[in-house]
Amino acid sequence: MSDHNLLPAWREQSLGRRVFLRVSAASAATVALVAAGCTTTTPEPVKVDPYLLSPLPAGDVGLFYFAYLLAIAKATIFQKVADAPPTDFTATDRAVFTDLRDHEVIHRELLRRFLDPKGEVALLPADFAFSLTSLSLTTRAGALAAAQQFADLAAAVYPTVLPLFSSANLLPRTLLLKMSSVHARHAATLRNLRTPGTFAADDVVLTTGVLAGQLRTKTPLEVLAVLAPFFAPYVISAGNLPLPI
Amino acid sequence: MDFFKIIDQLSEVDADVLGRFDSRRAVFGSLGTAAKRSALAAAPLFLGALFQKAYAGTTATPVEVLQYALALELFEQDFYKKVQASAQYTTASAADKAAIDQIKRHEDAHATLLAGAIRGLGAVPVTGVTFKQAAFAGLVTFKTGPAATTQLGVAQLLEDTGVRAYKGRAGELLGTDLLTVALQIHSVEGRHAAKIRGMRGQRAWVNPADDLAAHPVYTSGVTAGSTPGAFGLVVPPYTAASPREDNTVQSNVPITTGLGTPYTAADAQASFDEFLQVAEVLDNSRAGIFIGA
Repeated sequence: MSDHNLLPAWREQSLGRRVFLRVSAASAATVALVAAGCTTTTPEPVKVDPYLLSPLPAGDVGLFYFAYLLAIAKATIFQKVADAPPTDFTATDRAVFTDLRDHEVIHRELLRRFLDPKGEVALLPADFAFSLTSLSLTTRAGALAAAQQFADLAAAVYPTVLPLFSSANLLPRTLLLKMSSVHARHAATLRNLRTPGTFAADDVVLTTGVLAGQLRTKTPLEVLAVLAPFFAPYVISAGNLPLPI
Repeated sequence: MDFFKIIDQLSEVDADVLGRFDSRRAVFGSLGTAAKRSALAAAPLFLGALFQKAYAGTTATPVEVLQYALALELFEQDFYKKVQASAQYTTASAADKAAIDQIKRHEDAHATLLAGAIRGLGAVPVTGVTFKQAAFAGLVTFKTGPAATTQLGVAQLLEDTGVRAYKGRAGELLGTDLLTVALQIHSVEGRHAAKIRGMRGQRAWVNPADDLAAHPVYTSGVTAGSTPGAFGLVVPPYTAASPREDNTVQSNVPITTGLGTPYTAADAQASFDEFLQVAEVLDNSRAGIFIGA
């Protein structure tokens, strides 16, 4: 249960990270420690950005938060397209997006349950959302392009994220492992709908060298950089996630 | 607090201290950077050398897992080779042929990569794992007719089994950087499975409406003829049956009823792919019956 003690701390926004560090520095013990390795220059006061969320927690919990944020992104797109399908969608397109939506909402809710087993914690600010305004989801081409982008993103990052888990509890990473290939199925399906035959095209699978045949991966940091404009004005910091990120 | 001084002091008592700081993770981090520069791609021996460096002195387990993965990749590779050489393939559509060719290229690459990594770890890669000629002859059509006697029907079974098989041994690579490599291949296999299913008019994810839903590939357990020791593979003992693909409980949460909004069993099943242990994969009800000369 100790993992979950971290949750309110992440939700806490009254202290920005840099302010927090300065407050910590005030404790005598910390001063003694810091003094050994740092200069005594006091940083200039920093204006706290109300939209700067505390960094994602360290360790497995942070990785779960990351997966949760990605599931929010995918589910938001799939939900929107399933609710308001483009007029040029085929019956197959509609059926696929209904399935995609259901799978991704299940992933999102199960991840949420891991982060907050009792459903008592507001994991994110009430107005935190994945913004769809920059995506054109009203045409088949636009909807498939957006959905493919984020499905590819999820498929590409899971092989990087899974090895970063470190706790002895195998359930969380087993769960993500089971989701991992479903993300691959999603991405391949969307690619085939958009451009037939591109299910594992050369832009997602390496074709040369000793690593040929391997999926091109992304790191959580690369993925968060893509997500950032969609979660604005909120800012997510991954500084505490396990390395290499 | 002078880190350089500390390192100097440490190196006086432990001459290898600098080498120890070159952790496995750091080594693989540099691989990622190098790969981006494509420098690595030109050096086939580098990968093996890297694994050797990363795993010198560790147990043989990573090699055993890689040998198993290689055996399955060789098996798939041979299957697609036979498909490409068949009369059925020559009459398939250009798009279907292109998909088979793409998948075959990936299986070739996976086999090469795994064999290279195994050699890099100082072991001899398994060879000679093939799809039984007699069984292949029974696949009378490319994709029309009863699923079990079509080439693509069996391709779907192999790809979905591959996805489950990689999952089944990922745990043994935990804590090693080989896990990422295995998961990258696993993810590509997932894309293959989705494509083959699409070519057959099936949904891309395992669900109860599949025409092959009742096939043992989607269940679990060991029946007969399982020969995990074949090809000199060293495998962990089979314990209890793995979860079936129609499982609707994940991490002790009943997905259909436990997440607030109710979900159908089909959605609960399709949202997660389950793992299979070695003995189950090689069981005669699944890949076992197809492996051989």
